[in-house]
Amino acid sequence: MIQHENAHKFGMVVDLDKCTGCGSCMVSCMAENNVPFKEDETRKKDSITWMRVYKLTNGKPFPETEVVYMPRPCQHCSGLGDHGHSPCVSVCPATATDYGYDTGIVSQIYTRCFGCRYCMGACPYHARYFNWWDPKWPEGQENYLSPNVSPRMRGVVEKCSFCYHRYQLAREKGYMEEREIEENEYQTACTTACPAGAITFGDLNNPEHEVTKIVKPDPHPDPMNKNVVGKSRNPKVFRLLERLGTNTKVYYMSEREWVRKAGDNYLDGEWDKRKNHHGSSSDHG
Amino acid sequence: MSEIENKAEHGSMDGAGECAAGDPKDDKGLGLGVIFFMVAFLVCFLSGWLLFPKLLYSKHEQPFNFDHELHTAEAGDCESCHFLREDGTWSGIPNLASCMECHTDEPMGETEDEAIFCEEYVAKEKEVPWFVYSKQPDCVFFSHAAHINGENAAGKMDCKTCHGPIGESTSSRPYEENRITGYSRDIWGKNIWGFKKHSWDRMKMDDCANCHVEMDGHKGYCFQCHK
Repeated sequence: MIQHENAHKFGMVVDLDKCTGCGSCMVSCMAENNVPFKEDETRKKDSITWMRVYKLTNGKPFPETEVVYMPRPCQHCSGLGDHGHSPCVSVCPATATDYGYDTGIVSQIYTRCFGCRYCMGACPYHARYFNWWDPKWPEGQENYLSPNVSPRMRGVVEKCSFCYHRYQLAREKGYMEEREIEENEYQTACTTACPAGAITFGDLNNPEHEVTKIVKPDPHPDPMNKNVVGKSRNPKVFRLLERLGTNTKVYYMSEREWVRKAGDNYLDGEWDKRKNHHGSSSDHG
Repeated sequence: MSEIENKAEHGSMDGAGECAAGDPKDDKGLGLGVIFFMVAFLVCFLSGWLLFPKLLYSKHEQPFNFDHELHTAEAGDCESCHFLREDGTWSGIPNLASCMECHTDEPMGETEDEAIFCEEYVAKEKEVPWFVYSKQPDCVFFSHAAHINGENAAGKMDCKTCHGPIGESTSSRPYEENRITGYSRDIWGKNIWGFKKHSWDRMKMDDCANCHVEMDGHKGYCFQCHK
């Protein structure tokens, strides 16, 4: 492991109250990352969606029904105690995926992957996809693929990379001008495509970045569960299945209590206890 | 004649019992077997050694010969034609427009190669389909900017360290492509053992990693060089 004095920790926060579920993030992601589409995209065991929008409801009958759309990219887990042992990285027998301690981004190297799919089983967020077939594009569309992202072949796993190639290109420009890159120079495709501005992306280690200002991550382990690091100090912000200690770098934000509750599974009465423990009684349900 | 062939001639009906007895006087077959093994080994070894690389790589001649030495004398050092663009990306092999900054459709010299260039490409306004010796596989991201314009000594490398003395060459060698992978032979190198005499002899991942370990103390994470 490299000890980085000024390591980055790229992450994002999605404001679920702003998300309209339009799917622009999904489309831009596919276009940006050369994700092939299938003849029948309704077959969800075959289709590949690095970014996928899920629909959540509060389960109440009309007129109290509420719906929320939740975009889900790879969560780029830092693993238990923030040590870089992401669930997928820990199980990969081919070292086809690793944790970048310099960026906090979980990689996926397609030429190294041999398709055992352990990582897919290990991922609690269903963020990884298997290529059952070679990609097939309509004639002529190959010419429109991005040269900055290598296309995947049959038999390998793929997933969201936080548009790492954009980071690489931004850094090249930085080298040219002999400076560090700025916040707006490295933004993922989904962030820039969102018409509602629901996604905020940046470096969670940089207090100047908008994402850090919103999330206010706690650098100390959670006293209730020492495996959880980087918990948000903003009462509106939560992470998916946070108590697993996967320490994801994708945060979600909502004013509504039922949405925050939907981020994890709770026993009867557990949520209320937890809520009181955190003293977030001022939240509105 | 070896034991196996004897066995085959006698047929399988009574062969099993006889051979199992193992007559010690009849061991001249063993010597022949050893010789047969040695010859077969030598044939296989040599064909693998000499023939296989020839079969594995297909050769392509460049569209026409390019004289680096002449051009460096006329135009200056490497950066005159191969340069970093303003956004930090690498220009690579110059396109026709760059060549046209000096050349016209009238040849400047008297070489046959320049005549081909002027007739076939400049006059027809067609890009030259060069084969790129140093072309890396599709999954590789290489930043020239990081190696030329980087922060420390590691970021101030000269072209020669990886590309060799190509600026002193007077002719273009044939491009060799691996028939199985489609990669340039320069990735694996000429030496089939994988021995290196010069830093530019081979450009596999391990060669990048060795230098990174030396310079940074760590070979880096996957995404540093992969896309």
